[in-house]
Formats: sequence, C-alpha cells, structure tokens
Amino acid sequence: MIVIVDYGVGNLGSIINMLKKVGVKAVASSKPDVLQQAEKLILPGIGAFDAGMNKLNECGLVPLLNYLALEKKVPFLGLCLGLQLMTKKSEEGRAQGLGWLDAETVRFKFGAEQTHLKVPHMGWNTIDVCRPHPLFTDLESLSRFYFVHSYYVQSHDSEAVLAETDYGFRFHSILGKGNIMGAQFHPEKSHKYGMRLLKNFAEAVK
Amino acid sequence: MIRPRVIPVLLLQNRGLVKTIKFKDPTYLGDPINIVRIFNDKEVDELIFLDITATAQNRSPSFVLLKDITSECFMPLGYGGGIRSIDDVRRLMGIGIEKVILNASAVENPTLVRSAADYVGSSSVVVSMDVKKGLQGKYEILTRNGKNRTGLDPVKHAVEMEKMGAGELFVNSVDRDGTMQGYDVDLIKSISSAVSIPIVACGGAGKLQDLEDVIKLGGASAAAAGSLFVFQGPLRGILISYPAQDDLKRILP
Repeated sequence: MIVIVDYGVGNLGSIINMLKKVGVKAVASSKPDVLQQAEKLILPGIGAFDAGMNKLNECGLVPLLNYLALEKKVPFLGLCLGLQLMTKKSEEGRAQGLGWLDAETVRFKFGAEQTHLKVPHMGWNTIDVCRPHPLFTDLESLSRFYFVHSYYVQSHDSEAVLAETDYGFRFHSILGKGNIMGAQFHPEKSHKYGMRLLKNFAEAVK
Repeated sequence: MIRPRVIPVLLLQNRGLVKTIKFKDPTYLGDPINIVRIFNDKEVDELIFLDITATAQNRSPSFVLLKDITSECFMPLGYGGGIRSIDDVRRLMGIGIEKVILNASAVENPTLVRSAADYVGSSSVVVSMDVKKGLQGKYEILTRNGKNRTGLDPVKHAVEMEKMGAGELFVNSVDRDGTMQGYDVDLIKSISSAVSIPIVACGGAGKLQDLEDVIKLGGASAAAAGSLFVFQGPLRGILISYPAQDDLKRILP
C-alpha cells in the first residue's frame, strides 16, 4: 500500500485518482500507524516552502517521517513542493527543510535577454534523463510533464540528478538518491506520461 | 522548452455542458464526463470548467459532480463558479482541482483573492473577468453571467488583482464569446502589458491562427477556447477536437 502524507497541503485527490487509474492501491493519511505500515510514501505539496514545513511540524510528523525516510528507508517520492521540502533550505523562506537530499531550493532568475520567460514556469515541458533509474521504466522518449513552480531544486550531489529540464537553462527536474526521490512537476496531472511515472514508482522502484 | 498553453473551456449548466454565444443562447453539448474522457485521449494541456449558473442561482459549486469530473481528469484543471469562501477553495483543492477561478467574488470581496493565495499559493488562484466593450469603445467588467455591470475598468482591476496575489488572469470577451471571429487582441494586449502575471485569453477563437495571434500579438500566455474545440463546420455540429501536438508546436514555438 502506498500512503500519501496528508499534512493539509497539496491536491491529494488527483494523486489518488491517478494511482487508482493505474491500478495501484493508495490512501492519504496523517495517522502515524498508517504511515508506519506504508510500503511506499508520497510527499505531495503545493504552495509556499515555509507554509509546507510549518504544516508538517504542526502535524508533528517530522520525527516519524525522518525515521521512515532515513532509518527504515521506505521509498519516498516528493512531488513539486514535496521534493523541495526534502532539500536543506529554500530561498522562498526561512524554515529549515527536511534535508534528506543534499540540495537546496532556489528561485528562477533570468537575465535581461530572457525577459520573455515568466515566473512561475507554468505549462508542459519535457525531461532529459541523466541516468537510468527504475522510475523511467518504459517511459516514452518524448514524455511531457506539467510544471508549475517559481523555485527549483539544485542538487549538490551530481549523482542524485536523475533528469533535467530546460527553462532558460537546464535545471534539475528529478532527483533521486537511494530510497529518496522527487519530481518537480506534477505527474498526477500529466496524462499517460505521469501515469507511467507513478506506476513505475509503485511497481519498478524497489 | 515550454510552449504557450491551449485550453478548452467548458461551461456547466445544471449537470450538462453547454456553449453560449455572447453569454446567451446556450447549446447543449453533452455529458461532462464523456467529454472529459475525449479530452483526456487528446492529451489537452489543461481544462477549465465554468459553472455559469452557480453565482446566478446564489449557490455553491456542485462538489459531487465536480468530484466525478476530477476523477476522470488527468490534466491540470481549473474551476470557476460560485466560489465564495476559503472553505470552498479548500474543498475544491481536496477533490483534485488545482486552480480556483474567482470572478464575481473577486469583484465583490477582493480579500478572498488574497486569502486564497495565502492558503494555496498564487499559482493556484486565477481571477477571471468578463469584459464588454461599451458604445463609446470603453471596456467594462461584467459579472453574474454578463448581467451585472460593475463599472470597473479591466486594466485597473487586473493591476489590483495582481497586487492581491492572483497568479493568473482569465480574460473573457463577452462580445466575442461564441462568435469564432477571433480574439479581442487589443483588450488582451492592454491587460498583458499592464501586469506581469500570465494572461489566459478567451472569447472568439475560430481557427488556429487566432490562437497564434492572441499569444504573439496580444501577449497572452495561454489561449482558451470553447466553440473551436466543440463545434465542427459552418452548421456548428458537435464534435470534440483538439489540435495535434505537432501542430501546436509549429504555430506556438
């Protein structure tokens, strides 16, 4: 069973809908006993970094999530803000991130010659796979994903960069190290491409 | 790289989908779930649902119907109609709608825009405005299905809404709605040049060239359309369609 961490942030409904569509059992929960039993976990999220961290702290879930991610090593997938929360910190706020990935979250900045590029980066974009990973099993080469974000993650560990995306420059769009992984885009809103990625997390990632 | 988005707009009336002309004469198109399934197969960029009777009937969004719709939607989804409180916003997010579209409530209670943006983040908050050109050529925002004149100037309202935290503006021309005669590019241009948030243009699209024009000449970040994607031919036969990815890439690089 996949458990989606319900800490009051993010469109859990869409993630459950899509997992159901690809035949994967999932529930959303904030109950420690349900989270404990998860075979895999998804950390969703939309909105601001500090608001997300505050909600996680208010729910009192951080010590348990740290244990599940770092000691029990349950496969953990962060989506959008969920991925950003897995980094050490963000330029968007002052809160300390979960720090599961050796990475930080920074804001898109463009030079004078790139004023046509709006922030947020909103719409469909492609990914360039940097290294093989079970998440990419049978993923079509021209897969497109829906992005909406003003900040992106920057990994200090080049081996954790699984995919990059071009928006004025190449930024890290999927990170993964051991059992911790995350995507900057919204697979739950990315048609069959997102379905494949979520199915891969459910079935191919061990 | 990213290309501008092309968004079908679907109008809900009671439990069915309709298409209007100048906000009047709704033509029944069919069942929303069936039509969503077709748009899924066509891999649309995004979908927008507007419940055109919610505010007029002074009622909340039809959450049960919307939940049925979202369970079939595997693309980004915006919803507008009858959203009056943060609780409405929370419930819509919970069932899988990621963009809430505020129209009358953004005029009548602008602080809702601010509190919604604080709650779900600006990129999930869209302010929509229905704009009509008056006899002297002056634009004015209408609400409640085009029945209520607000006296508001769209450019001023756009600037105000950006300040309140709106992440996107949906600008619909009442005069062009359903006419398929092309967007009001001047209107879109006047707004896109006054704000830095993305503009979704709506009203008047009749061919692919119109989408290109409103993006390149009007400065819109996305082109939305109703009739173009639901009608076929001069007799307006009902046929759900959407341009192929290759065509979109070609006209909207």
